[in-house]
Amino acid sequence: MTFFDRIKNIDRRIIFLFIALSVIIPLLLNITFKEEAGPIVKNVFDKIESLPAGSRILLSLDYGPSTVPEIQPMVNALVRHSNEKDLKIFFMCLWATGQNLTTTTVDSVQIKEFPDKVYGIDYVNLGYKAGNEGLINVLITDMKKMYTTDVFGTYIDDIELMKPVRNLTSFDLIIGLGGGTPGIKEWILFAGDPGNIPVAGGCTAVQAPLLYPYWPNQLLGLLGGIKGAAEYESELIKNYPKYKDKSQPGINMMGPQAIAHIVIMLFIIIGNITFFIERSREKKAGMG
Amino acid sequence: MHDLWTWFGAFLTLAILSFLYKDNVFYKFSEHLFVGVSAAYWMVVGIWGTLFPNLIAKIYPEAVRFVLPSLADREPEYHYIFAAALGILLLMRLSSKIGWISRWPLAFIVGTTAGLNLVRFLRSDFIGQVQNTMIPLIVIKDGSFSFLDSFSNVVIFIGVFCGLIYFFFSKEHKGVFGVASRIGIWVLMVTFGAGFGYTVMARISLLVGRMQFLLGDWLGLISR
Repeated sequence: MTFFDRIKNIDRRIIFLFIALSVIIPLLLNITFKEEAGPIVKNVFDKIESLPAGSRILLSLDYGPSTVPEIQPMVNALVRHSNEKDLKIFFMCLWATGQNLTTTTVDSVQIKEFPDKVYGIDYVNLGYKAGNEGLINVLITDMKKMYTTDVFGTYIDDIELMKPVRNLTSFDLIIGLGGGTPGIKEWILFAGDPGNIPVAGGCTAVQAPLLYPYWPNQLLGLLGGIKGAAEYESELIKNYPKYKDKSQPGINMMGPQAIAHIVIMLFIIIGNITFFIERSREKKAGMG
Repeated sequence: MHDLWTWFGAFLTLAILSFLYKDNVFYKFSEHLFVGVSAAYWMVVGIWGTLFPNLIAKIYPEAVRFVLPSLADREPEYHYIFAAALGILLLMRLSSKIGWISRWPLAFIVGTTAGLNLVRFLRSDFIGQVQNTMIPLIVIKDGSFSFLDSFSNVVIFIGVFCGLIYFFFSKEHKGVFGVASRIGIWVLMVTFGAGFGYTVMARISLLVGRMQFLLGDWLGLISR
C-alpha cells in the first residue's frame, strides 16, 4: 500500500485526534491573536456607545446550552458595555432554555460586576414566554399583554423600570442573541422593520451568512460567531481598558480556533492532492 | 457539591465524545438523559412561565394565589377561554377516536402563522431585500470617488443578478446568458464555501468550549 493509498483510506478517528490536539495544545499554551473589530461589529459597539445614559436596551437571549460557548461571550461583553453606559437593561428570551442562561448571566455578570445597579430600576429579567414570532407580534403592540409578571412573579406595573414601557417601540435598541429560530431574523421581520426600531444581533457562526444580507439597512450590526464576540471584546478593551484583566473568552477561543482551521485546511489540501493523483493514475492505467 | 456536578458534567461530556470512537452504552445513556431532561425542562418552564400567568391567571385569577399572588386580584379576562378551548382541543389527538378534532386548532395555528409570516416576509425578505440590492454602483463619499464601496456594490449587484439568471430556466443558458449563469453558479459556490467555513468555526467553537470545561473547570490545567 502506497502513502497515497494510506491517506485515502485514513481512519476518520485519526482526523478527530488531530482536531482534538489542534484545540487542546493551543489552549494549554494559551495561544491568542490580536483582534480588530470589523465595521459590522463596530456598528453595534458604536450604537451602544452613542446611546445616552438611561436609554432602554432589550437583550433577548434566544439560545440554549449547546451554543453557550459562542453566544455567552457576546452576552457578557454586551451586558458589561451597557452597564458602563448606564443603560437600562431588559432581559427576555424567546427560548425556554434562555431563561436559565439569563439568570446565570445576571448572577455572574450583572450582580457580581455591577453591585450598585438595582433590580427593577436599572435592569429587569422578564424571562421566557412561549409564542416565537407570534410573541414578538404581540409585544410590538402591547408588551404587558404577554409579560404580566417578571421572571420572579412580580406584577409588571409594580416594577419601576416597566412603568413607562408600552411596547417594543419604547426601546432604543433591541439586540437578539440567538442560536437559531426564533432569533434575530424574527426580531428583524416582526419588530425592526414594522416598528422602525434599531435591531442588532449576535448569532452562531452557522447563522451568520444567512443574516449578513440584512446588514446595514435592516440590521444595525452583527456579531457572527466567536469571531464576532472576540472583535467586540477587543473593542470593549480598547475603550474600557479595565476589562483587559478580566476573562476574555472570545479572544481566548480564537487561538485554538485558528490552529484547528489550519489543520482542517491541510486535510482538505491533502485530500484534494490525493484525489488528483489517483485520477491521473486511473487515466494512465486506462491508456495502458 | 460544586465539584460533584463538575465531575458529572465531565463524565457526560466524555460519554458524548466517546461516540467519535464508536457507539457505546455511555453515549446512549447521556443521549437519553439529555432528551429526557430537555423535554421536562421545556414543559416546566412552559407551565410556570406561560400557562399559569398568561392563561389560568387571566381566566380565574384566584387559582394562582399561591403561586403568583401578584396576579390573584386582577379582573378576569374571559375571552381567554377561547384560547383555552383551542388548547384542550389540541390535546384530543391523544385519543384515536376523537383525534380528528385536534385538526381545528391546528388549522387555526397554521392559518394565523401563515398569514403573519406572509405579510412580514413579503415586506422584509422580498421588498426589503430588493431595496438592499438597489445600490449605487459608483459611490461618491465626501465629494470623492470611493473605490472600495463602489467595488463592494458592484460585486453585490453582479452576484445577485447572475445568481437570479442561474435560476431562470425559461431560456437556454447559452451565449451571454450562459456566461452570466456560469458566474451565478460561481457566486453560489462561494456562498456555500463561506457557509461551510462558518459551520466549521461554529463546531470548533463548541469543541473549544467543552475542552475549556474539561481542561479548566474539571482538571484545573488552564485558567478561564
